[in-house]
Amino acid sequence: MKNRTWLAYVVFFAVLAAAPLLLGRYWVDVLNNVGLYLILALSLNVILGYAGMFHMGHAAFYAVGAYTTAIINTHYGVPVLWVLPVSGLAAALFALVVARPIIHLRGDYLLIVTIGMVEIVRIALINNVFGLTGGANGIFGISRPEIFGFRLTQPVHFFYLIWSFAALTVLLFSLLENSRFGRALKYLKEDEVAAEGSGIHTARYKLAAFVLGAGWAGMCGTIFAAQMTIISPESFNFLESVRLFMIVILGGAGNIPGVILGSFLVMGLPELFRDFADARLLIFGLALMVMMIVRPQGLLPPRPRKHNLDSIRELS
Amino acid sequence: MTILRLDHVNKRFGGLVAVDRVSFAVEEGSVVGLIGPNGAGKTTVFNLITGNYKPDGGDIFFQERSIRSKPPHQIVALGVARTFQTIRLFQNMTALENVLAGCHCRMRSGLFSSLLHTPAQRREERQALRQSLDALSFVGLEESAAQLAKNLSYGNQRLLEIARALATQPRLLILDEPAGGMNEQETQELIQLIKRMREQGLTILLIEHDMKLVMKACDYLVVIEYGGKIAEGTPAEIQKNPKVIEAYLGADTDEDDY
Ligand SMILES: Nc1ncnc2c1ncn2[C@@H]1O[C@H](COP(=O)(O)OP(=O)(O)O)[C@@H](O)[C@H]1O
Ligand SMILES: [Mg+2]
Repeated sequence: MKNRTWLAYVVFFAVLAAAPLLLGRYWVDVLNNVGLYLILALSLNVILGYAGMFHMGHAAFYAVGAYTTAIINTHYGVPVLWVLPVSGLAAALFALVVARPIIHLRGDYLLIVTIGMVEIVRIALINNVFGLTGGANGIFGISRPEIFGFRLTQPVHFFYLIWSFAALTVLLFSLLENSRFGRALKYLKEDEVAAEGSGIHTARYKLAAFVLGAGWAGMCGTIFAAQMTIISPESFNFLESVRLFMIVILGGAGNIPGVILGSFLVMGLPELFRDFADARLLIFGLALMVMMIVRPQGLLPPRPRKHNLDSIRELS
Repeated sequence: MTILRLDHVNKRFGGLVAVDRVSFAVEEGSVVGLIGPNGAGKTTVFNLITGNYKPDGGDIFFQERSIRSKPPHQIVALGVARTFQTIRLFQNMTALENVLAGCHCRMRSGLFSSLLHTPAQRREERQALRQSLDALSFVGLEESAAQLAKNLSYGNQRLLEIARALATQPRLLILDEPAGGMNEQETQELIQLIKRMREQGLTILLIEHDMKLVMKACDYLVVIEYGGKIAEGTPAEIQKNPKVIEAYLGADTDEDDY
């Protein structure tokens, strides 16, 4: 990536790190929400943005992570942050199982199946599957996370947890973009037949995109559970999936700065217009329609990667 | 030595027999042309070799190993690279990134080294970039490395597909109408490129309608019509073959009727 982009990220996260000093509790909470959805949207971006698979059920993976955390924490008393990798793995494993039979589906077919998936997960949670999920009421009494003996209780504590994770995600996924793995996803999005014909195991990469995106969303579930201390199926409904889908498409599928912008617009902007709370979805629906007509590639679409040819030539 | 062998290969699309018990062999280091009228089944034969279609019958051997049930990416990894009759580039990426796709199957970096850019990953990445640029300059496109594929001329897009195929480090290169859409001069340059590729030890199997190119570039020809092989031999033999003359003249009279 270009040095300019890195510099922009450093400035952006530095400004953000100072924000809680100026903002009240309410706005810190809003930023926490933006940050959490940014991480989720970045994980969806791997599937929808890079690989171009129309996946509208991302909340299902988020839910698996959150419930894994809640169950393990409330039943066995394992500290929530220790469960983070387990939640990631659980969601990744879940994706491995459900995505395998559907990744060959194209466009709208995949969209419908993934919508079905997120609804099935939500309904299963309401119906108290395995007697573990607590039905419609969900699970409460999840303990607060501790870092080196420091208990995170205030929104501002979570602010630094969430945004550190967001910064790490931006860093790692930026590196991923410019690597063999990230390119493979972009090639198969552009032309699957050409990618396969160039020697790329497209089916495996599609599955890997799902597993990686899901695992990351699962880890977000841990943070969400720890922040809320109570979770219920309604936090993972279809609308959340749509919101994430919107962030990626609106901001610029396959472009991290676009996803960042999308997260602020979709999650932050409505807070500025709280008085019109009821009309919010209507306005978003309209905005999305207008966008798809005038700028279908999103506000900040990815630009073709430029390599420094001279430095390549210098290599022997 | 035989590098590729088709053994009574069959392919049907519904009621249509697109490829009808076709057998032929390609010798290592040779340039073989697959010719025949439009709709004869040439592209289908290529798609069967590259694993895009599965044969309904018969078998295909690459370096004495059956590849009939292998997926395309595995066949590429074994050393068979292709270009497409209807150009299939990654249109919105630069020429260099297009060629980099071909390097993929010779690289090792997995998810974790991709996420972390480990020293080994960086080394591999630099090497791949260097190889891609070399492949571009081999086909004469080094100056266009930073251009988007869609902004290249038709002839250069064909060359870019060849560069991408070369980046997979193939033993056998399969070209489907490489001169399609090229002007006279570009075609001449393509003939030179084919010559240079064979000098590098590459075996080439190509489909082409431009008879001048076929006669100049190929040492051996296989002719198919209505899915079946009707002749094979050296260009000189094929030119004199009555069946071939009839097939081509017949095709011409057909066109005159319309
Ligand atoms: N995927 C397909 N489905 C159905 N019919 C096909 C398909 N591909 C090729 N065909 C048919 O098979 C025949 C051979 O086509 P093709 O191999 O493209 O011919 P050529 O390359 O010699 O011009 C044609 O009649 C064509 O319509
Ligand atoms: Mg053809």
